[in-house]
Amino acid sequence: MTPQSQFTVIAAVRAGRAHALRGLLESMTSQPGTADPHNGLVPFGDFAQLHFARLVLLDDPTLGDIEACGRPRPQLPVYLAFLGDCDGPARDCLADIARRAAAGLSAIFEHCEGFGGAAVLPWMIAHDLPVAAGYVNWVGRTVLQIREEHALQQALLARVDRLPVTSGADAQRRRRDLIDFVRVEQAAGRLTLTAPPPTPVSWWLARIANAVLVMALGLVALPFLIVLSPFLILRLRQLERADPEICPTPDPAALLELQLIEDLDVSNQYTAFGSVKPGWFRRWLLTLVLVAIQFTCRNVFTHGYLARVQTIHFARWVFLDGKTRVLFTSNYDGGHQAYMDDFINKVAWGLNLVFSNGVGWPRTDWLITRGARREMPFKYYQRRHQLPTQVWYKAYPGLTLINMTRNARIRAGLERTRVSDRAAAAWLELL
Amino acid sequence: MSTAPAAVELDDIQGLARFAYKNHTEAVFLLLRITDSAAARAWLGRAALTDAVSREPPPRTALQVALTSEGLRALGVAAEIVGAFSAEFVEGMAGDTSRSRRLGDQGANDPSRWRWGSGERVPHAAVLLYALPGQLQGLQQSIEAQLREGFEITDRLATHMGNTEPFGFVDGISQPEVDWNRRRPVKDATQYSYLNLSCLGEYLLGYPNEYGLYTPRPLLKPDRDAQRILPRAEDAPGSCDLGRNGSYLVIRQLRQDVSGFWQALDRYARGEASAREQLASAMVGRRLDGQPLMASTSVDAPGSDAQPSLNTFDYSADPQGLRCPLGAHIRRTNPRNADLPPGGSGIASRLLRILGLNRAAREQDLVPSTRFHRLLRRGRKYGVAVTPAQALAGTGAAEDLGLHFVCLNANIQRQFEFLQSAWLMSAKFDGLRAESDPLLGNRLPLAPGVPTDRFTLPQAGGPGRSLAGLPQFVTVVGGAYFFLPGIRALRFLSGAR
Repeated sequence: MTPQSQFTVIAAVRAGRAHALRGLLESMTSQPGTADPHNGLVPFGDFAQLHFARLVLLDDPTLGDIEACGRPRPQLPVYLAFLGDCDGPARDCLADIARRAAAGLSAIFEHCEGFGGAAVLPWMIAHDLPVAAGYVNWVGRTVLQIREEHALQQALLARVDRLPVTSGADAQRRRRDLIDFVRVEQAAGRLTLTAPPPTPVSWWLARIANAVLVMALGLVALPFLIVLSPFLILRLRQLERADPEICPTPDPAALLELQLIEDLDVSNQYTAFGSVKPGWFRRWLLTLVLVAIQFTCRNVFTHGYLARVQTIHFARWVFLDGKTRVLFTSNYDGGHQAYMDDFINKVAWGLNLVFSNGVGWPRTDWLITRGARREMPFKYYQRRHQLPTQVWYKAYPGLTLINMTRNARIRAGLERTRVSDRAAAAWLELL
Repeated sequence: MSTAPAAVELDDIQGLARFAYKNHTEAVFLLLRITDSAAARAWLGRAALTDAVSREPPPRTALQVALTSEGLRALGVAAEIVGAFSAEFVEGMAGDTSRSRRLGDQGANDPSRWRWGSGERVPHAAVLLYALPGQLQGLQQSIEAQLREGFEITDRLATHMGNTEPFGFVDGISQPEVDWNRRRPVKDATQYSYLNLSCLGEYLLGYPNEYGLYTPRPLLKPDRDAQRILPRAEDAPGSCDLGRNGSYLVIRQLRQDVSGFWQALDRYARGEASAREQLASAMVGRRLDGQPLMASTSVDAPGSDAQPSLNTFDYSADPQGLRCPLGAHIRRTNPRNADLPPGGSGIASRLLRILGLNRAAREQDLVPSTRFHRLLRRGRKYGVAVTPAQALAGTGAAEDLGLHFVCLNANIQRQFEFLQSAWLMSAKFDGLRAESDPLLGNRLPLAPGVPTDRFTLPQAGGPGRSLAGLPQFVTVVGGAYFFLPGIRALRFLSGAR
């Protein structure tokens, strides 16, 4: 199994260069916001380990909101973020991209502070920020696997006999026929089904060590948290009553700019940026919540779902500017409306846990209730904090997670040596 | 809330919100452009709108008026008031290409091809006239004479009433039961089963919706309403509620290719009549007579009035779509699910499902909860009816007939647009591979080489049956978003300066 990883290269854009950079990024797209996989700067399609990538300017129009908390508006530059989700170590992927697209990357990063003709790879590594919490829908599912299994499914769909199955023996016979068909196709080189490589031992060790460490720290911290809980809860309730709520209707032009780059594929991108509420309490609470999310994403939500949400391919939370700001990005299936619907109706509690620590979030109660359940304030809030993603790449247009999971089941059923009549029929139902 | 909610002001609500005017078999929808705003305001101020009070005998005729955002501007309504309506209404149905993409209004459905509703052809107002048999002509003549001064009548959408929609299916069976008596408690509570009783605030502005919240709408400072015409907002007693008792009215003119439909099905059925009807039923999810493919259950579906058995069912017994295909039209438009996928009622069982840790529940959790996406439908047919038999014989191929789809909702984005995009047009609804609604799909490929023009009928114990190469049966030829104001609100707007 090849584990997935993420890179998060973020650098300040040089003063006065944002406009030119925007134009350059636009030249990489084939449709508004959608990367041309063969664009001349970074031909994303050439990198077989790359699931998703994006280039986005982080120019937060809500930076002044913090004034409502009695803090001055900080003077911060616009950032350029180059984000990717890939198979294998992120550094290897960055090295590969740097090797084959050095000129294009230089042309892009030339607009950033401190690049000045530096070697691309070390510069990117120096600007690769740690992910506070990262989510991978299906740990171990590679781009190669997704593509091979999609091709397999297509071949089987075209081949399968759709007359009703008459008996268990009939189901078995049809399954065997299809297996034979796939063998012939494989032998002819028209289909490939690459066996997954062994999982790197270092990955297992790191994961176990991390889990043990987090649990140990949790156990150490727990008594303190319990002892302090009356005080912490009181503080939370005070803040929940006092924190300003900033959820005006989003600017129509900004909204339109976001919508123009959406729904060009069955999946969409989401980039949101905002400030963390000032004060130690929110900062620590957010840190703790993201540690918990990271832990569950590594150890629980690894195979197809993040709590009830089954439409997120990859997501991440990244701290910026000394933990005063948070960047959230995701790649999801379906339209924006449906995505928000899932957020409100399925995981509002989880959203509140994290994002109620952001300046202006719709008021919560007890950290998990209300907040995102307040439909329109929430929808306005998230749209207002969303940034247009200038360049977005997806390695498998037209495919959703549900499609991929089904394709994987088709392959698994194909590779099993002996199955019951029932299982053979259930396998045929997948086609 | 300790006190009982205030009674609904039926005399301030246009009747269409409460009645489908089924006995008023004659109707015409007049689309208007304002030519003289003062004269237009004067007419709107004195128009005798029909309210939602039940009367015996019912009024012989009914008059309803709705305005688009362009119409509000043309009347001279202040920009900040217009801007306080929902963004979808302000921008309009054909307002931008991304909206058209979401709604499936591309290709043959592209607004640039519409007869009305796009560009210069966006109406300012719609006047809906309903009449008991024999009463329409007189009413229409007198209203048109009144309109002459302030308006130009750009389109007259003729309609006719009938039990079936143009393809031949009994239509209009499933409707939400609107909570007119405000029985639903005003709170945000999880619903563990499908419920047809739907909060008033899902259809009328100014009342709590399914989240127990009030949908944003123009709330005005009292000094803007010096004559004190408008009601006060329930959720903001210091403000005048311009939205109260109003709704958003969506009209879409859908041209239906009845012969194309039946002839295509005949090809798939190889000319066999019963197979042809079976396929048609599978696409719709009901038989021609309205009987659903799902057996009726004990699902609580009040509001199904005279035909309880036609509306008392859900799909929980058929997660694979073996009885009613997952992509069937009525399964897409009303998936009849609850907030949480089915399972036990114990706390532990619910917690597992809330956290997504129950695999069986996850597999039945691909479709969002239905109660947030309901529509009050008020559509009418138009054109000369063609029976399935005539359609098969090739008559009526060139007929201009179809449906004036009309619906009411309080949140266009969450209700009409969501339903249209995420449920009808989506090629991935409920985990499907690549197929949009069998009736309404525009058949445009998802990407080169990824067609959506198929319909899958799952079969037990084997691969699903698949109809490929479906032609387009329904073409959008017009449409707009209107505001159907409360009666006082229209009086207020008619005084707009």
